[in-house]
Amino acid sequence: MANPNGVGASVRRREDPRFLTGRGNYTDDFKRPNMTHMVHVRSPYAHALVKGIDASAALAAPGVVAVLTGADMEADKVGSLPCGWQIHSKDGSPMKEPGHFPLARGRVRYVGDAVAVVIAETKDQARDAAELVMVDYEELPAVAASTRAATPDAPQVHDEAPGNVCYDWHIGDKAAVDSAFAQAAHVAKIDLVNNRLVPNAMEPRAALGEYDPSSGEHTLTTTSQNPHVIRLLMGAFVLGIPEHKLRVVAPDVGGGFGSKIFHYGEEAVVTWAAKKIGRPVKWTADRSESFLTDAHGRDHVSHAELAMDKDGHFLGLRVATLANLGAYLSTFAPSIPTYLYATLLAGQYKTPAIYAEVKAVFTNTAPVDAYRGAGRPEACYLIERLVDIAAGVAGLDRVEIRRRNFVPASAMPYQTPVALQYDSGDFAKNLDIALPLVDYDGFAARKAASKAKGKLRGIGFSTYIEACGIAPSNVAGALGARAGLYESAEVRFHPTGSVTVFTGSHSHGQGHETTFAQLVSQRFGVPIENVEIVHGDTAKIPFGMGTYGSRSLAVGGSAIVKAMDKVERKAKKIAAHMLEAAETDIEVKEGRFTVAGTDKSLGIGDIALQAYVPHNFPLDELEPGLDEQAFYDPKNFTYPNGCHVCEVEIDPDTGVTQVVAFSAVDDFGNVINPLIVEGQVHGGIVQGIGQALLENCVYDDESGQLLTGSYMDYCMPRADDVPSFTVRYHEDQPCTHNPLGVKGCGEAGTIGASAAVMNAVVDALGAFGVTHIDMPATPEKIWRVIQDATPAMAAE
Amino acid sequence: MYAFSYQRPTSLAEAVAAIQADEAKLLSGGQTLLPTLKQRLAQPSVLVDLSAVPDMKGVAAVDGGLTVGAFTRHAEVAHSDLVKATIPALAHLAEGIGDRQVRNMGTLGGSIANADPSADYPSAVVALKATLTTDRRAIAGDDFFTGMFETALEPGEIVTSVRFATPDKAAYAKFRNPASRYAIVGVFVAKFGAEVRVAVTGAAGSVFRVPAFEAALAANFKAEALNGLSVSADDLNADLHASADYRAHLVTVMAKRAVEAAG
Repeated sequence: MANPNGVGASVRRREDPRFLTGRGNYTDDFKRPNMTHMVHVRSPYAHALVKGIDASAALAAPGVVAVLTGADMEADKVGSLPCGWQIHSKDGSPMKEPGHFPLARGRVRYVGDAVAVVIAETKDQARDAAELVMVDYEELPAVAASTRAATPDAPQVHDEAPGNVCYDWHIGDKAAVDSAFAQAAHVAKIDLVNNRLVPNAMEPRAALGEYDPSSGEHTLTTTSQNPHVIRLLMGAFVLGIPEHKLRVVAPDVGGGFGSKIFHYGEEAVVTWAAKKIGRPVKWTADRSESFLTDAHGRDHVSHAELAMDKDGHFLGLRVATLANLGAYLSTFAPSIPTYLYATLLAGQYKTPAIYAEVKAVFTNTAPVDAYRGAGRPEACYLIERLVDIAAGVAGLDRVEIRRRNFVPASAMPYQTPVALQYDSGDFAKNLDIALPLVDYDGFAARKAASKAKGKLRGIGFSTYIEACGIAPSNVAGALGARAGLYESAEVRFHPTGSVTVFTGSHSHGQGHETTFAQLVSQRFGVPIENVEIVHGDTAKIPFGMGTYGSRSLAVGGSAIVKAMDKVERKAKKIAAHMLEAAETDIEVKEGRFTVAGTDKSLGIGDIALQAYVPHNFPLDELEPGLDEQAFYDPKNFTYPNGCHVCEVEIDPDTGVTQVVAFSAVDDFGNVINPLIVEGQVHGGIVQGIGQALLENCVYDDESGQLLTGSYMDYCMPRADDVPSFTVRYHEDQPCTHNPLGVKGCGEAGTIGASAAVMNAVVDALGAFGVTHIDMPATPEKIWRVIQDATPAMAAE
Repeated sequence: MYAFSYQRPTSLAEAVAAIQADEAKLLSGGQTLLPTLKQRLAQPSVLVDLSAVPDMKGVAAVDGGLTVGAFTRHAEVAHSDLVKATIPALAHLAEGIGDRQVRNMGTLGGSIANADPSADYPSAVVALKATLTTDRRAIAGDDFFTGMFETALEPGEIVTSVRFATPDKAAYAKFRNPASRYAIVGVFVAKFGAEVRVAVTGAAGSVFRVPAFEAALAANFKAEALNGLSVSADDLNADLHASADYRAHLVTVMAKRAVEAAG
């Protein structure tokens, strides 16, 4: 009988009962004796000199324990928040890396930049006193838009980054691309903006710092996707605390979407301040602070051209992108518009020559870094919009032009012209599944039916690929990563046969406690309720690189498999001894160790007991215990891919777009828990639809004020904004290089969806002669397209 | 929020007395006031909670219309069989306010006394020839809204109920802000015999009527009667979500939809 909680079973998430009944343990839930509360004094200006800070009134306010500033941190030799990835410009020079201090030193560079903190007995007292901190600002000219920041007369964000340029990078073969364009029969072009987004995790960021003077140990509890990375970055670079005296705990975390990967200044401030004042210090962002200070996502302005032969075969792709990095370099910011973006510009297509240039600039806005998909949604959106335009230019159906240019399954592994090597994928198969699923043949009839109701109907495709399972350490290192990107795991059998798994991955909504337990239950036949997954604590987990880039199962899960391999190897030796058989005669199946051809067998529980009570144990060969640790470094990225199809109806009177159907056919390799995979895809699609139609982070370019600083103006998608989704996957193309054959599913929905929606919107508006609309496709934007195209109607 | 004291009077007289205090503020459903307090954008000395004041809740049929207590929550109006039977357009309007949480807390009186330019209820007050009763007088709906967040209420005056006239036909059509779900443009159309009222909310600083639309619809109560008619964009609101031109366009579109919905 198959294991009902094994691999491939839709096991309900074991963590949900505690979340749904309010029993989660989030950072803000932690209360310590003698704990204080910290509130930030943040800059109301996008760019200003801080001429002085007068904290006397605040210090005299009720309950105030301390007011601390950048000068205090400087006096204590606190360092700059480090950047984890270095990019080199075309000319070989390293990127500009200006200081990024937890509390500003003399100058603030975005609205929300931290100037001082007030620590008080209660949060309200800290808030009251924060209003009494008098900061003498001298306002400076500001710039929020990347396009203006890149112009010669723009205000300078950092003295050490002339022209606001952090780097001017490129990838690919320019000469080969120029030659491709020289031979082209058709050229498709696009100018597009990839709109800036605010991550909006449900749980705002929070941090709790503690210091134990008896042991000299610091503890930081924080809303992080990767506590070990925070320990490394903050300990080594910011505060100078060695790892053995610094514990970082990331307990239940309510969503991250990338925004909680990074090391933020607030984490360093609470850790530093806790020692300074000798009491625990807690900070929890309110929603307004989250809008202002969580690292934002996307914000690209691009021009792209695609050269084709007369039959619509792609010959060459040329891309120039301007990326907004915000005021400071967030932890992984430089890698997002470069190695996580331009390396994906081949898409699913065998375009032989690609050249991309990316200029990244500083602006007076919040830092920009990875947000669900991180560079890959930007790449997918650009390619898939351009391919739709190319279909029009070449006179081909949008499905046909894709099919004609797909990398065929037979060409796998496929080396793209932009560094990556795809290991597997059958892109035509995804399409073959999708077309009947969405009744593509029936679209014309549906369009006619919509027209009869006065609506404009469109259909859009997005055939996406992404690089996940980040990343082979040697490759990442060669590309500028200042860290390895392996993962660790420890599988500990206890004497009575239950299991604790320690993983360096971190779950903040992904359901690892279920999926990872399924792996163990399957492998050893242990009931799932006897398997505990532990994550998020540097004092418990050997090491970890955390969760982002759809890496947890492909990298973290593979580390668990390696540790289980070790456990099984040792258990087999123990079994051979106990069963008085040769190790080579022991057959292993789902935790049952049998002497081949006999009925003599032992369960893993019997072996675990013997391992800890070693009365009948090969002590001359083996140590007691059944507890193994492994590190797994991936051999390649994984390449989830798929075909998303969206249908929209547009009301021409108002410009309102309704997504009326959305289908996703995905290749995630092998699937461990279909229910969780489907949930991940649903959430991802909603975020992709959100970017396409609703979400937009807007700064006033001159004043640098955030105009969409609350849900009154920043439009998060809600359940009634989206239809029910049709989600399918196939497992015919497992990943070829990790032991589970898995590719990752966490970002796919977001990566594929935006392009599918926008291709559908533009298709619906085809009659008006429009070939592109920037996201978000708001009602007014669409109404204007229609108005501009039909002056007669407008006059009516 | 800043510290404040809190009172929950159990009679209208007590409430009127309590609100006389310096910097006192009435608390009804709190759907605008509480977020404002949480963001420290207001600092009242005392909140006078109206939830225990009797006779300010519920819906009653009166000659020629309905009386709705000022403390009646949006959800009660939306789900009231009496409202649905008498003025279904009013129930429909209430059902479209904010979201479920807002409707379960927000009140008619709070909405109209706040006079947010993008609130839904002001359009109904004007289109349905409402009369407002306060602790001291009656105010015609036509005279109530005097500007953006401004009303005819005197300091400390408390709205206790609103009487709506029953139209022959009516409907409310709203183009909502996708983020906040307030009205970018909301048009309430009501027909009383030969008279038609068209009241527009969301588009300008305060609710306004459109005499040209009213005249056209009085002659022919059909959507096509509004063909070629529009309001000037000159005095309309413009923000991130909608320009004045677009709002002006939407006024005609929503008015037509309201007429169609009214049947």
